[in-house]
Amino acid sequence: MVLTRKRVLPTAMLDSLSPLIAALRADGYSVIGPTLRDGAIVLAELTSASDLPHGWGVELDAGSYRVRRRDDDAAFGHSSGAQSWKTYLHPAKVPFWTAQKTSDGFTVDVPPPDGIRYAFVGVRPCDLRAIAIQGRVLGSSYAARLESAFIVAVDCTEPGEACFCVTAGGGPACGPGADIQLTETVGPRYLASAQTTIGQAVLDTLPQQPATPAEREQGATAVAQAAERMQRHLPSIDLRDLLSGSRNAARWDEVAQRCLACGNCTMVCPTCFCTSVRDTTDLGGDIAQRWQTWDSCFDLDFSYLHGGPVRTSTSSRYRQWLSHKLGTWHDQFGESGCVGCGRCIVWCPAGIDLTEEVSALAQERQTDHE
Amino acid sequence: MMPSLFRVVHRRVETHDTVTLALAPASEPLTPPAPGQFHMLYAFGIGEIPVSVSATEDAGIQLHTIRAVGAVSRALCQAMPGTMLGVRGPFGKGWRVPAQGGKNLLIVAGGIGLAPLRPVIREAIRRREQYGNVAVAIGARSPGEQLYTAEYREWRDAGLKVLTTVDQAPGGWGGHVGLVTQLLPGLVTSPAATVAMLCGPEAMMRVTARALADQGMAAPSIQVSLERNMQCGIGECGHCQLGPLLVCRSGPVTGYEVAEPLFAVKEL
Ligand SMILES: Cc1cc2nc3c(=O)[nH]c(=O)nc-3n(C[C@H](O)[C@H](O)[C@H](O)COP(=O)(O)OP(=O)(O)OC[C@H]3O[C@@H](n4cnc5c(N)ncnc54)[C@H](O)[C@@H]3O)c2cc1C
Ligand code: SF4
Ligand code: SF4
Ligand code: FES
Repeated sequence: MVLTRKRVLPTAMLDSLSPLIAALRADGYSVIGPTLRDGAIVLAELTSASDLPHGWGVELDAGSYRVRRRDDDAAFGHSSGAQSWKTYLHPAKVPFWTAQKTSDGFTVDVPPPDGIRYAFVGVRPCDLRAIAIQGRVLGSSYAARLESAFIVAVDCTEPGEACFCVTAGGGPACGPGADIQLTETVGPRYLASAQTTIGQAVLDTLPQQPATPAEREQGATAVAQAAERMQRHLPSIDLRDLLSGSRNAARWDEVAQRCLACGNCTMVCPTCFCTSVRDTTDLGGDIAQRWQTWDSCFDLDFSYLHGGPVRTSTSSRYRQWLSHKLGTWHDQFGESGCVGCGRCIVWCPAGIDLTEEVSALAQERQTDHE
Repeated sequence: MMPSLFRVVHRRVETHDTVTLALAPASEPLTPPAPGQFHMLYAFGIGEIPVSVSATEDAGIQLHTIRAVGAVSRALCQAMPGTMLGVRGPFGKGWRVPAQGGKNLLIVAGGIGLAPLRPVIREAIRRREQYGNVAVAIGARSPGEQLYTAEYREWRDAGLKVLTTVDQAPGGWGGHVGLVTQLLPGLVTSPAATVAMLCGPEAMMRVTARALADQGMAAPSIQVSLERNMQCGIGECGHCQLGPLLVCRSGPVTGYEVAEPLFAVKEL
């Protein structure tokens, strides 16, 4: 995957995604995309376009997720499920190295890379941004996995009820980062454009017709309408400033009454990257392994210092999470850590909605200033 | 995330719970650390923790002074000469020691906080003529817990003012008893020409920095070394967050102008 400077307009119309998936599989990629499983849309290996959740949409609300039948056959007529691509690019458990005791010390060996090359099909604009955001946080092993991945992104034509990508600064059209970009149109048929040279090489092999001006227009309209149907939004104020000025806000205590500190929001968030290292030794004590595992700032031990954790109260941990996402991420990485995918809202068992929390903080500050 | 292999070449017991290990590279040496930087030290099969460099010597040898407070620090403290350890680093931003200009240096340490400041003290002695007054104020819990006492004479002989205090003392201790802040009056004669470097428990740094600011020192001339849980040292694990900072990357040493508003917030 290579970033391109400028979005290339759709050039081709595809009647089916099966040839694309077949071509990627033939190239040795493990093709991952959305599929329907146990009443939810999950990410899994795809063998053909029939694995895509054709005709399924979702009904979302704070703390609630349900799939529903659509009245068309769209494959991408649903918004993001609980998983994001970090499952593959920044896996939940990674072996760092193995140390083996020797007569006078130990040796350390790094396991060989798994060699899997992923092709992601159906990456949403919000998730495309999230992939790039994690890339600006994480180091060389993430970069290597991303570099070898092939990305087929799809413009959003159907925002979920929890989405707010537009006021989070992105979507619903794809930004940079994809190899091939799709817009799903009625049928479903797919407007396609290659954004990189490897994307072009793959696209060139697929059965296609040239996209007509009318079809392009239809695609562009569907994307523009998606922007207008966005139901949630972030207040249009300087959020970094709001959050750094709200460290002592009463709202943190209020939200802490509802937050269970379960960490679901951090697990489903496509940009949350925090990890811990875990050391294991074999029974004989001669082999020690070091693992990296996902961790969450909601975990009490996350901020542990000799003597006890720094952030003991739930309010301090929720403050840490929200302030990092929307505020201090700017200080650390020069951008926001939220792409507005809405997952944290949907998968919070308490139905806590970060857009509502931010608005309440903005309100509180305004009241304080009056 | 691969550690380099080092071997303990010398182990010195400093106090009942603190030792200094001299580590020599078993293969390639690491980049020489700057004063105030830290390494991640790995004890086989136990774990890895951040530890400041307390001195450097020739041949890539690094000294680390470690206080046993838990599993990893205890294992490190028990490492005898010959033991192999893993080392990553050096990490973080260290002390901004003024290179010239005849500045006065004020070094204030609490407990194990003296360890990351010892390289500054040694540097100040090496380039003594480039500084005005150099004062070191050291607080420890009890006389038996003072670090590097054997070196104080050498520091004084080099023209440094070395003041010590303890929180509590048994009979026979003729020195000062009380907080390290009580040593400060008189140490800052010209606030504008002084650079202060503080390391110790957060509460100690908070009151000391406040006291120095009250004596007219500008916040950026007061440097503090911050402490947070650290698992990677390279800005990737997220554990060392403190407001806008990833302490492992933009710290551990920061100016008081950055630290003051962060010190003021509970559980940040
Ligand atoms: C930049 C920096 C420099 C340091 N320099 C020194 C030094 O020179 N000498 C020294 O004795 N100590 C130093 N410390 C503190 C030292 O890292 C902790 O005492 C040590 O991590 C405790 O680990 P443990 O496993 O022995 O204790 P436990 O209490 O069992 O801790 C469990 C785990 O929590 C984390 N943890 C606990 N306390 C701390 C802490 N204070 N800081 C960071 N992580 C922590 C570690 O991952 C540790 O393995 C430094 C800390 C930092 C952040
Ligand atoms: S904070 Fe919530 S809405 Fe924002 S990117 Fe993370 S999961 Fe999505
Ligand atoms: S905000 Fe919701 S999902 Fe996140 S920790 Fe609190 S209860 Fe769990
Ligand atoms: S120690 Fe991992 S981010 Fe700072």
